[in-house]
Amino acid sequence: MTLDTSHAAATVLLGNTKRGFAGTVHALVGANAASSLPAAELESRLLELGFVEGARVEVLHEGLIGRDPIAVRVENITVAVRRREAMAVVVV
Amino acid sequence: MEAPLFNVVLVGTPNSGKTSLFNALTGSRQKVANYPGVTVERKQGFFVTPLGRQVSLVDLPGTYSLRGRSPDEEITRDVVLGRTESEATPDLVLCVADATNLRLTIRLVLELKRTGRPMMLALNMFDIATRRGVTVDVPRLAEALGVPVVTSIAVRKGGTADLLRQADVIAAQVASPPGENLWHPHSVGELRTLQREADRIIAATVSLPARPDTWTARVDAVVLHPVAGLVILALILFVMFQAVFAWAQPVMELISGGFEILGQWIQATLPAGLLQSFLQNGVISGVGSVIVFLPQIIIIFLFILLLEDFGYMARAAFLMDRIMGGAGLHGRAFIPLLSSFACAIPGIMATRVIDNRRDRLTTILIAPLMTCSARIPVYTLIISAFIPAKQIWGWINLQGLVMFGLYVVGITSAMGVSFLIKFFMWRDNAPPPFMLELPDYKLPRVRSIAIGVYTRAMMFLQRAGTTIFAMMVLIWFLASFPQAPAGATDPGIDYSLAAMIGRFIEPVLAPLGFNWQIAVALIPGMAAREVAVAALGTVYSIEGGKEAAEQIGQILATKWSLATALSLLAWYIFAPQCASTLAVIKRETGGWRWMWITFFYMLVLAYAASLITYNIARSLGAG
Repeated sequence: MTLDTSHAAATVLLGNTKRGFAGTVHALVGANAASSLPAAELESRLLELGFVEGARVEVLHEGLIGRDPIAVRVENITVAVRRREAMAVVVV
Repeated sequence: MEAPLFNVVLVGTPNSGKTSLFNALTGSRQKVANYPGVTVERKQGFFVTPLGRQVSLVDLPGTYSLRGRSPDEEITRDVVLGRTESEATPDLVLCVADATNLRLTIRLVLELKRTGRPMMLALNMFDIATRRGVTVDVPRLAEALGVPVVTSIAVRKGGTADLLRQADVIAAQVASPPGENLWHPHSVGELRTLQREADRIIAATVSLPARPDTWTARVDAVVLHPVAGLVILALILFVMFQAVFAWAQPVMELISGGFEILGQWIQATLPAGLLQSFLQNGVISGVGSVIVFLPQIIIIFLFILLLEDFGYMARAAFLMDRIMGGAGLHGRAFIPLLSSFACAIPGIMATRVIDNRRDRLTTILIAPLMTCSARIPVYTLIISAFIPAKQIWGWINLQGLVMFGLYVVGITSAMGVSFLIKFFMWRDNAPPPFMLELPDYKLPRVRSIAIGVYTRAMMFLQRAGTTIFAMMVLIWFLASFPQAPAGATDPGIDYSLAAMIGRFIEPVLAPLGFNWQIAVALIPGMAAREVAVAALGTVYSIEGGKEAAEQIGQILATKWSLATALSLLAWYIFAPQCASTLAVIKRETGGWRWMWITFFYMLVLAYAASLITYNIARSLGAG
C-alpha cells in the first residue's frame, strides 16, 4: 500500500471520528498526536495493538466526558484509546 | 540419573489466558515472589510430563512485544534472552495465544522466533474458538510459523494433554544447540512488516466466522454506555462495599472471638507474669488484630479476580479514565483506590495492574488517604462521645454527617495530593497514554479464581506472621518495660518506656491539643489504627477495652475538650498510622524511599490538619 496523498481529501484522524465510524487504517503518523510518547514509540504501540495499514476499524463506544476515551474495533479485537493518541491513526 | 529440570517460560499477550493455563499446568504447586531488585511478581510452578520429566514453569508478565517498555516487559525480554542472572536460560519458550484472537500473538511469535530459543505455540481456549466458528489449520499454521503448535483448553481436565506430550518431544531434542539470537529491538517498519506477515499467515490458515462474538457486543452496548455504564459500575461498587463491610462481619467476629478465647485460655492456663502478658497482649491480640482483616481481604480479591477474569476490569478503567484523569490519575488506578476503603494493603497490592511506574507510584502514595475500615472504630468512638446525636434540617443525623464528612475529606485530599504530585513532580510530562485491549467477556473459572484468592491470602498471612508479629513484639516491649516498682498505685504503663516516649513527644503534640495519654495511644496505634482505641482504654485504666466503647466515650468526654476530640479526628484522616501499610509500600516500590516519602507527607498533613482544626475549634469556644 502506498501512502498516496491524493487520497488526503478523504482521510480523517481516528481521534476526530464519531461513534459508529467505520473505515480502514490509511497511515500511522505519530507526530499528529500531542502524546507524551515520542512519535515512533506511539506508532509502535498502535501497531502492537493491531493498527496496521489496511486494518478495518470501527468506533464502538465513547466515554462520558468529552466523548473520550473511545473503544475501537480493530479487525477482531476491541481497543480502548484516548482521542489524543487516536489522532496518530489516519483512517479512510 | 535423574534428568535435569526442564526450564519452560510462559509468554503471551495480556488476556491470552496465560494465567489459567499456568494454573492448569501447575495446580497449587506455585511459588510467588519478586524478581530481585524490582517489584515484578515472579510466579513459578512445577509439573511432570507424561514421560516423567520434571518441568519448572515460570509465568512471565504479559507483553505484546519484546521491546520492554515497562519493568514487567523488561523481565519478559531479559528472561527469554537468558540475560537475567538469577534465572536459568529457558529450554523452551511456550507462547500462549487466545485461539479466538490470533492477530497480535502471531506477530509476537514471529518476533520471539528471532531469539533462536526452542519454541512452542499453544492455541488456548480452543473450545471457545470452535464454538464461535473459528477454524484453524493447525499443521499448516505450524509449518508457516516454523514452530510446533498445539491446542489446549486450560479450563478442562485433560485439556493440556497435547501440550504435555509435545513438551516431551521438545525436551528430547533439546540437546541440539539453540539457534543464534538474531533479535534486536524492532523499528516501526519492522513491526509493520511482522504484523503484515502475521496477517498473511492468519489469512492462509485461519477462517474466521462472519459474525464476531455477538454476546460481548451486546453486553458492551449497555456496560460501556456513557451513562448506563457508570450506573452499572456504581451498582457493582455498591455490592462490593456491602460484601466487604456486611458479609465479612460475621466471620471477622468469629475470628476476633476465637483470638479472645485463645487469649483468655492463656490467661487462665499460664501464671500471671511476663510470659502470659507477652503471649496474650503482644502475640495474640496483636497478630489477631491484623488477621481479623483476612475475610475482607479475601472478599476484595475475590471481587477483583472475578471482575478481572470476566473482562470487566478493563471496562471499568475505560469508564473512569477521564473522570480520574482530572485529578492526574490513570483510569486503572480506580480499582486499587476502591479496595483501599477496606484496607490500603490489598489496595496497594492491586496497583500492580497499572503498568506506568509514575501512575502506579501516585496511586500508592494516595491509597492510604482513603478511609480504611481500621479507622472506623476510632471515628465511631470519638464521634459518639463528642458529637450530639441530633437531627439537622429534620432528617440528617449530625453524627452520620460528621462520619460522611470524614470520608469526603479523605477522598478530596487524596485527589488534591495526586493533583499536586502531578503538578510539582511530573509537570513536564503529558499524561501517559491510556491504551488497552478490551477483551471479550469470558466466564470466570472457579479453580483459577480459587488459586488466585488462595495465593493472595497466603501472602497476607505470611506478612502477618513476620513483619506485623515483629512490630507487635516491639510495641508490647515498650508498653511493658520497665515494670512498675513494687507497691506502685498508678497503672504499670505509667512507668514504661511507652509512657516515657509519650511524655517526651507530648510537647510536640501539645499544640494539637493532645495530652500524653493520647501520645502513648498513638504508639501502639502505629501497628493498626484501631488498636489506639484499646490503648486509650488501657491508658485511662478503664476495664473492658473495645467492648465498653461507650464507657470509654463517657470518660473521654469528661477528660478531653471538644477541640481535642476534633483535632484527633483530623489527625486520623491523614496520619500514617499503620506499620503494615508502610511495610507494603516498601515492598511494592522496592525500597525505603517511597515509604519514607509517604510517611512524612502524611505526617505533615496530619499535623497541619490537627493544628488548624484545634485552633479554629478553640477560637470558636470549643477549647
